[in-house]
Amino acid sequence: MTPDELKEIITQEQQIEQTREHHICVCTAAGCISSNSLQVKDALAKEVKARGLADKCQVKGVGCLGLCAQGPLVHMREEDRLYKKVVPEDAPEILDSLGAKPVQRLECPTNIPFFQRQMRVVLENFWKIDPERIQDYIAADGYSALINALTELSPIDIINEIIHSGLRGRGGAGYPTGLKWSTVSKAVGDVKYVVCNADEGDPGAFMDRSVLESDPHRVLEGMAIAAYAVGASEGYIYVRAEYPLAIKRLRNAIKQAERSGFLGQNIGGARFSFHLDVRLGAGAFVCGEETALIASIEGKRGTPRPRPPYPAQHGLWGRPTLINNVETFANIPSILRRGAAWYASIGTEKSKGTKVFALAGQVNNTGLIEVPMGIPLREIIFDIGGGIPNGKQYKAVQTGGPSGGCIPEEFLDLKVDYESLSQIGSIMGSGGMIVMDDSSNMVDVARYFMEFCQSESCGKCVPCRVGTVHMYNLLDKILRKEATRKDLSMLEKLCGIVKGASLCGLGQTAPNPVLSTLRYFREEYESNIVEGEIAAVCAQCPDEKEGEKR
Amino acid sequence: MRTYDQVPPPPDDDKRWRFVGTTMRSHGYKPHALIETLHTVQEYFGFLDEKAFKYVAHGLRVPLSRVYEVATFYHFFNMKPKGKHTCVVCTGTACFIKGVPQILAALEKEYHIKPGDTTSDGKVSLMAARCVGACGLAPVVTFDGEFVGNASPEKVLAKIREWKDDDAG
Repeated sequence: MTPDELKEIITQEQQIEQTREHHICVCTAAGCISSNSLQVKDALAKEVKARGLADKCQVKGVGCLGLCAQGPLVHMREEDRLYKKVVPEDAPEILDSLGAKPVQRLECPTNIPFFQRQMRVVLENFWKIDPERIQDYIAADGYSALINALTELSPIDIINEIIHSGLRGRGGAGYPTGLKWSTVSKAVGDVKYVVCNADEGDPGAFMDRSVLESDPHRVLEGMAIAAYAVGASEGYIYVRAEYPLAIKRLRNAIKQAERSGFLGQNIGGARFSFHLDVRLGAGAFVCGEETALIASIEGKRGTPRPRPPYPAQHGLWGRPTLINNVETFANIPSILRRGAAWYASIGTEKSKGTKVFALAGQVNNTGLIEVPMGIPLREIIFDIGGGIPNGKQYKAVQTGGPSGGCIPEEFLDLKVDYESLSQIGSIMGSGGMIVMDDSSNMVDVARYFMEFCQSESCGKCVPCRVGTVHMYNLLDKILRKEATRKDLSMLEKLCGIVKGASLCGLGQTAPNPVLSTLRYFREEYESNIVEGEIAAVCAQCPDEKEGEKR
Repeated sequence: MRTYDQVPPPPDDDKRWRFVGTTMRSHGYKPHALIETLHTVQEYFGFLDEKAFKYVAHGLRVPLSRVYEVATFYHFFNMKPKGKHTCVVCTGTACFIKGVPQILAALEKEYHIKPGDTTSDGKVSLMAARCVGACGLAPVVTFDGEFVGNASPEKVLAKIREWKDDDAG
């Protein structure tokens, strides 16, 4: 595909678009599909056909419209009108409202902060394109960054651009992306790999799923640019088997991109080849850790190994490997199209750009949002999220999943970026944000995450395998109101040991939910503690007696 | 190099083994195709058993112990045949906060099943998913692959009763 051919497709698409007066866009991401959006789409298409409007009015499936709680959502582009909770029987009424008054019963205002306060970079195409058509993506300026990079830029130029943009890894740890690329590009190896980490294991996070389902080509373009920049010729997308729709759309997108010459041999007429394949995860949280992910792609048990050597030098099959998260790759095309300076102008001093969050839990507007870095938590939860439902009080927000922490009310005015969140004992994580109201028991929440970590621990290193089980038992004991002060101090001691001595990120961060709830909600632990009677409790618990002897 | 006549024959004449063979062939019978192949077995047979392990081990030329270790390491693979219907309860954080523990408690009280169990008549299997990624609709339950958002103990119990009654008649 040459730049001219690309322009030709864009012109063709624009000509077709001009003949249409109306676009009715139905959300076809997993959330809305589960509430029957495909039937709604079919009913609308049937009705359009019956009324003989097929030439003028297009009914199309688009990506996630964001406000998952109100699905299925239908967006009428020309009228800029959003309909919520649509059922197939609403189709005639919706068509009656073409260019006329809206159906009030279904109307969902688009001037609310949920839509107005967002800043869409990664999600820019979600409302516009059909994720199953490559032409839609191309018409939205897609693949132009890749073709431009191949024809105009050298790999070094691209890496410098990414470094200047200040983009940091969106998987959670926030390692500077440009630096990683530069390390891989300098590494020596006959073959290099680019791997996309789409093993979104954090419970309560669905950003990567939405991106893969709504705009898969954006990720492919980002990966191809990365491959060109670091000198890789093969790539894998490691995606959770629990996301069947994302897998289907990814495979479809790869096929289309190969056919159009954006993947495969001699891309864009340049001497650059890149082959991409999908690998399925199989339900192991630890495979989000990069060395475990590599082991899993190699068909082995997903256990991590000590680093260094880092995957940048010694990765997949011992070759230099670049591993980035879905959202990181999805940022790349925008950065190259609009420039590093533009990207660096968004966000805070050390955290640039935007971040996609999955807002869920006890909050009115649950769904997918993208906001600039540095936005206060209060604005996310109370303006965009619309506050806490059922007249309850805000208690905490949990970020970063099982590796993160709970943030109490006193920090609501905190500006969200990598540094500020880790300062208060949580992490940015991949972007899950779960709001809790005053009915949540924080010890129970800590136990929930510890149950998760102990069952997801791969078992390779002792601190994580054994420590998380004991921490879980202690939390359970506290909840049963059978724990003593000694148990509480043992729990705190274990937090330090597991954090300090575990091999990989899973174990090193597993104590975070306990530590952060202990820090901000200690009274909930204290109120469950039994004073004295240590001997009586220990008699029931032989394990602990043994521990004391040591 | 391996030639095609060295590829082992399927364990029996079940036609579904052909799909498993196709997966192995498309990856050139390389050992790294192990997880992909096990996915195919589970997709067509519903679960993994010793027969499948041996076939895959031979086909990809990996030790049987390695097949077993991989199959038991990953939660997605199951070794027990499932019931006629499957109910998957999402236990992600958002679902947990919004009332999944109550749904599981109701199921245990009514049918004495926990995640991983099948009802005594073999009709309904209950599974727990880590997170199905539909957190905006929490709590989420899937009935035979069909998502249901904003689930409640009543809704889930009603569906399971319907399945059990339906098949009895």
